[in-house]
Amino acid sequence: MLKIKRVPTVVSNYQKDEASDESVGCGRNCLGACCLNGARLPLYACNKLEKSGTGEKVVISGEAREPPVAFLESLVLGEWEDRFQRGLFRYDVTACETKVIPGKYGFVAQLNEGRHLKKRPTEFRVDKVLQSFDGNKFNFTKVGQEELLFQFEAGEDCEAQFFPCMPVDAENSPSVVAINVSPIEYGHVLLIPRVLDCLPQRIDHKSLLLALHMAAEAANPYFRLGYNSLGAFATINHLHFQAYYLAMPFPLEKAPSKKMITTVSGVKISELVNYPVRSLLFEGGTSMQDLSDTVSDACVCLQNNNIPFNILISDSGRQIFLMPQCYAEKQALGEVSPELLETQVNPAVWEISGHMVLKRKEDYEGASEENAWRLLAEASLSEERFKEVNALIFEAIGCSNQEEELEGILVQPSGSVNQTGNRTLGGPITNGTASECLVLQ
Amino acid sequence: MSITQSSASLFSTTEEKEGTFNARYSLWIKEALDELPHSFTITDPFISGHPIVFASPGFLKMTGYSREEVIGRNGRAFQGPKTNRRSIMEIREAIREERPVQVSILNYRKSGSPFWMLFHMIPVFGNDDGRVIHFVAVQVPISGQKMRNGSGCSEMVFGSCRREVCLGSFVHQERALPVECDEQELENWEHCEASESEKLKSAEAVGSVLSVLTRYSEFAGRLVCGKRNCLRGADCLSSSLVISLGRIKQSFVLTNPCLPDMPIVYASDAFLTLTGYKRHEVLGQNCRFLSGVDTDSSVLYEMKECILKGQPCTVQILNYRKDKSTFWNLLHISPVRNASGKTAYFVGVQMEASCKDIESKELRPEPRQLSVVGAVRVAVRSSFMATC
Repeated sequence: MLKIKRVPTVVSNYQKDEASDESVGCGRNCLGACCLNGARLPLYACNKLEKSGTGEKVVISGEAREPPVAFLESLVLGEWEDRFQRGLFRYDVTACETKVIPGKYGFVAQLNEGRHLKKRPTEFRVDKVLQSFDGNKFNFTKVGQEELLFQFEAGEDCEAQFFPCMPVDAENSPSVVAINVSPIEYGHVLLIPRVLDCLPQRIDHKSLLLALHMAAEAANPYFRLGYNSLGAFATINHLHFQAYYLAMPFPLEKAPSKKMITTVSGVKISELVNYPVRSLLFEGGTSMQDLSDTVSDACVCLQNNNIPFNILISDSGRQIFLMPQCYAEKQALGEVSPELLETQVNPAVWEISGHMVLKRKEDYEGASEENAWRLLAEASLSEERFKEVNALIFEAIGCSNQEEELEGILVQPSGSVNQTGNRTLGGPITNGTASECLVLQ
Repeated sequence: MSITQSSASLFSTTEEKEGTFNARYSLWIKEALDELPHSFTITDPFISGHPIVFASPGFLKMTGYSREEVIGRNGRAFQGPKTNRRSIMEIREAIREERPVQVSILNYRKSGSPFWMLFHMIPVFGNDDGRVIHFVAVQVPISGQKMRNGSGCSEMVFGSCRREVCLGSFVHQERALPVECDEQELENWEHCEASESEKLKSAEAVGSVLSVLTRYSEFAGRLVCGKRNCLRGADCLSSSLVISLGRIKQSFVLTNPCLPDMPIVYASDAFLTLTGYKRHEVLGQNCRFLSGVDTDSSVLYEMKECILKGQPCTVQILNYRKDKSTFWNLLHISPVRNASGKTAYFVGVQMEASCKDIESKELRPEPRQLSVVGAVRVAVRSSFMATC
């Protein structure tokens, strides 16, 4: 079993050491059974319809409908500002100096000495992407309700709906948006699908689609969602996505791409060219669900094959980047240079996208495109390994790895379709417990 | 951003938009521009929504729209579902960074039919204050040439970074003969490279438009030019910040505490509507002009204390409009930091209250006011991080 000592980032004011006793009686107004009764949060149900290509609302009966509340600004930023003024964050992230590193790509560096807590490091198992949920460890049902901003769901209606004060009802399996108390930028939030169901950190079709809906609803290319798998620097084994707003392109988004294939549902898959981390880009599809399902299939395949990865949802949900990585493994095997380790920068989704939070002034002053590139390159799979992984993915999503010319003989996706919508294609069937997963090394 | 963004601003009519354009240049500017054969548009980043303020006859002919349908709209109105996302990003970034861009992009006519064109845009700077006055965009239709890469059809989509990043060896331009294809096909092209002569044409057109603007601005005594000749003043916001702020549809102002007497450096359209003033009447002024005889001076004192301490505060204050009528203003003020981490501005968000709320001892800002503060924070923080 591979282990490395890590100090996880604190994302909630109630996050304690995993070793400490969690069974103390509550009084914290959390989401557990002890406090849930009577809990109320605003609820935003986004509309069911697809947006047109320009991101404008689909016109229904000749009249474009405005959402009832300007989603991004009012709910996310407004509620965030409220918590900001109430002092719920561990530091004022806007007081952290930030700059664009000169260079072709424009990596963004931030000097943030307060983000990483100085405390006893905890053991974290990095060699298993699939691990069961452990109720004894910190999870989002233990978060104080004041850290929650609103409930979010993919609505049933043609219109987006907003309810300023809706009971949090376990029967409805609510999904919530919470603040990240150690923000990387102003507005940094967590999307926690079906929080009370206590899902472990792994991608499933329904949850990824919810994340895409959120990106689409924000309708702002500068609001992205990100995901870290276990082994790719997720800090909490309770299913969550992160999101925040940065009004400039990420280097990842600027990288050139080379088209590899188009699936039968119209999803175009490309690989990035000339970027330190080898990545896939998914876009298109005849519907948002098609795009989401294709990416979910790819993620499930990676999970089943124990390959850690990160996801970036970009361009208001039109583009999804998938980045398999191996930094943690290298780190555990002692293969990362001490210089890089000393910066204590872990290449999670935001770092790989090009946003680096640096803890030491010297790292910030000396930040260069070269250094950033070197760090990220360590996380990347090798050319060979990347090709192998792509082959696995293409098989799982029902396409063979062929050039576009041969599209005519693409194989139709096969495999059992589970009634509840959790499709699995190729690979071993998972039923939620880690012990049944094959570990291929 | 999505705060009730509509394609035509609620606050300006077509005449008003064209009026601000005319105010910069001497008479007959429109006639002179109308004489140019090229297709081009001119946009104003300082008007909310960054709308088109001038469209040439060539542009109208190419797209099939009338002048009234185009003035006041943002350029993205001509994009559609198959427009390449990277091209859109390239243009957006060039605007944000106030630099030129030349990119091929798929646009749509009024009829809905798609066409490829070379989009060449440049910023136009005020000679005296160094800020971006307009963006000029030229459109040159591209004939059907597809870019191919050696063997195999995999096509490169260039990212938004400068061309050097893309390895030269990947691009092996073979000129295909102009292809006759139906419009359905056009949408499916990944990319459509412009020929050298098309690129020359666009550069020529840009030059012609710029020289007309320069000449007529000179006559008006307010010269513009294609290059920034002086650093933008401290009281002048970047056009990208102004564009971001212009999307916020509530009443608010930004003041600069580092300048003498803490003047207003930005005022939203809604603020002007609320108070009855024109923009040029409030920019550069301290907010005290909103106070009057019956304004409670202890409230003013409270505000001043909070500003000195760098803390947010919420007050109810009696304010006066330009026409001397009064209103109760639920005012929320907060310091706003930029990318350096230091306070760069104060934001003041006004909400008209029907009467004074006597009950509540502890005033809290309305959710809508907090949204404005949040949106301003992200805009200000990001605006100083533009690369050169």
